[in-house]
Amino acid sequence: MPTGRRALLALALALLGAVLVAGCHRRELGGTLAKIQKRGEITWGADRQGGEPYLWLDDSGALVGFEVDVMDAVARRLGVKARMTHYNWVNLVPLLKRGDFDVVCNGLEATPDRAASILLSRPYFVYAETLAVRTGAPYKTLAELKGKKVATLDQTYALDLLKGAGVEIALYEDNQVIYDDLALGRVDAVLLDNVIADRYGCNHAGVTCLPDDVARGTYVIGIRKEDPELKTAIDAALAAMTADGELERILRKARLWDHRQTEPVPDVAGGPPPPKRYFGVVQLRRFAAAALVTLGLSVAAFLLAVPLGLVLAIGRVYGGRWLGAVARVYIELWRGTPVLLQLYLVYFGLGPYYAIGPVTAAILTLGLNYAAYEAEVYRGAILAIPRGQAEAAKALGLSPVQSLRHVIVPQALRLALPPMTNDFVSLLKDSSLVSVITVIELTKQMTISSAELQGWLIPGLACAGMYLALSVPLSELARRLERRLARDQRAHAL
Amino acid sequence: MINVRTLCKRHGARTILADVTATVAKGEIVAIVGPSGGGKSTLLRCLNHLEWFDAGLIEIAGFTLRPGPAGADPTTLSRLRTKVGMVFQQWNLFPHLTALANITLAPRVVRGVAAPVAADEARALLARVGLGDRAGAYPHELSGGQQQRVAIARALAQAPEVLLFDEPTSALDPEMTDEVVAVMRDLAAAGMTMLVVTHEMRVATELATRVWVIDRGTIVEDGPPATLVSAPQSQVARDYFGRAR
Ligand SMILES: Nc1ncnc2c1ncn2[C@@H]1O[C@H](COP(=O)(O)OP(=O)(O)O)[C@@H](O)[C@H]1O
Ligand SMILES: [Mg+2]
Repeated sequence: MPTGRRALLALALALLGAVLVAGCHRRELGGTLAKIQKRGEITWGADRQGGEPYLWLDDSGALVGFEVDVMDAVARRLGVKARMTHYNWVNLVPLLKRGDFDVVCNGLEATPDRAASILLSRPYFVYAETLAVRTGAPYKTLAELKGKKVATLDQTYALDLLKGAGVEIALYEDNQVIYDDLALGRVDAVLLDNVIADRYGCNHAGVTCLPDDVARGTYVIGIRKEDPELKTAIDAALAAMTADGELERILRKARLWDHRQTEPVPDVAGGPPPPKRYFGVVQLRRFAAAALVTLGLSVAAFLLAVPLGLVLAIGRVYGGRWLGAVARVYIELWRGTPVLLQLYLVYFGLGPYYAIGPVTAAILTLGLNYAAYEAEVYRGAILAIPRGQAEAAKALGLSPVQSLRHVIVPQALRLALPPMTNDFVSLLKDSSLVSVITVIELTKQMTISSAELQGWLIPGLACAGMYLALSVPLSELARRLERRLARDQRAHAL
Repeated sequence: MINVRTLCKRHGARTILADVTATVAKGEIVAIVGPSGGGKSTLLRCLNHLEWFDAGLIEIAGFTLRPGPAGADPTTLSRLRTKVGMVFQQWNLFPHLTALANITLAPRVVRGVAAPVAADEARALLARVGLGDRAGAYPHELSGGQQQRVAIARALAQAPEVLLFDEPTSALDPEMTDEVVAVMRDLAAAGMTMLVVTHEMRVATELATRVWVIDRGTIVEDGPPATLVSAPQSQVARDYFGRAR
């Protein structure tokens, strides 16, 4: 279609423009230490959601936590003040590289990947990777979990370990619910560092932490590649804190001091630098698989939404006072609250009472949500059918149900087809939200790839391309259906 | 065939039909005329219970309708409506179905006639209304007159004993009106009992065996067309048939 091709061209130009503008506004990086001293302030990026013991807001609203203490001490030794800025944890490194703040200090693990992408300070903490299983489960080591489902947080060293362990990986974004799901049997084990495991996992009812460290690693401060002099200054500060016992005091205060801190420090980041990864066939295949997940989820959810929406619409139009009110309440509830909240409630909220799998929960939630939208589309379509149709059916002896089945609904669905197609395109895009309940679909694959490839642009464009490949043909179909409908109606009106 | 006794119909405080009493014998063709808003459509729609009434009684095609929204139980109503067909001013064909499927729908769904049998009957009916070659056409592919003839065939497919027409030609231009009147003439010749609300003078004077003049909810005149044309009693009838003389 010429219009479709023109739209694509415009889109490509817009994207190109965005890239150029972004390029022109590249920030001046490097020389950060001098700027910090001039400002009298060092800014550090962290995620408040990490919670106790890293950093959180206490009851008086003050920012506390052992990393707050570490950064305050480092800043004092640099002769400046420290100021935290809050960002999503998974975005901290990309934002650091962009120049949004001076350093990252938030459970950042030293890994070969990170060492290749940014400068890492000397460690301020040694942690252990702790494997947690359901109480009574037979597993004793990670190797025994081959083929089982093991959960961890995105972009952690634990994830790197799992990738080489031949297990099925479940990716979470929140350390509170991950152990809930282990206890519920949604996953077979959780691999996370001992700081999180001790706080959230090992005391959890139904969860047992295995005694042996799966691996050890270190928390470090992340610094931009352009700022070696800042790394030198921070390393010096940390060394002095270790030497005069301030670091030990900070860790003891947070109940984090253990035997590991005085044992030889593991050199995780010192391993061979990872081969530089490029967007190639492997990534493309993963994107295609993720696109299939997106499509499959959306189709299944829509197959639920259509009949349920129809029942709701019929309830609203013909159901009388009570049924009509029930349908109306359903529609308002599902349309009036965010899908994201609904996903949390269905998967995590209902989990303790009825533990359905993430894919089932995703299909169910999206289907129930879209049923509310479809119901309003069908209601409008039913009301748009001229009254004479139902009268003619009635006059021929058809019962109300027969009239709906053979006369009203078939016509209403024809009227509803263009808006339905558009709704399906919206559903395709809304399905990106289900990554919060650990389903890896197209958008989640994009964030995973961008972490692996250390860049958002190529995976982002690939992801956009996949969505467009799914949605543009559908939108085109909707336009054709609309045109045909308009033509039929013109002919009908003659 | 039809027996209406002291039929009353109100909409709120307004009386639409006031004590209508009338009988129609088998094979009679009644033309119903009168000013707009007089209650002609309402009377017709009470006869197949598309509308319920407030008082009185209707006996039609062997069924009895009583006052109130229920009037009769749903199965009785469905059976009654197969015996009492209706043709509308706007024909109301089902636009998503072909001419043939419009006709076969009710026999299949309501009476459980097997699809091939219903299709054979429908083709015969289409031939009867002069549309034997348009079985596969959709309503929007047909002219108004053709659509109205399909609508008549659709009503006939339920094998009714009475046909109710509510201004069947009012939305048609003269040429198409002729096509539809020709079909009605054919039905009259076959002895079908028909009630026809119409402004078409030919239907009232040539086709009808009887004419009712309805004004403000009552039948103000009831007689053979010749009498009404030559010696109308009411002012309404005088106005109406004045043109015919
Ligand atoms: N649903 C309704 N509510 C109120 N008044 C109605 C309704 N339907 C019809 N009427 C009134 O009943 C009267 C008779 O209408 P109708 O039977 O359609 O007359 P006719 O067919 O003779 O033109 C009109 O005055 C009309 O306004
Ligand atoms: Mg009328």
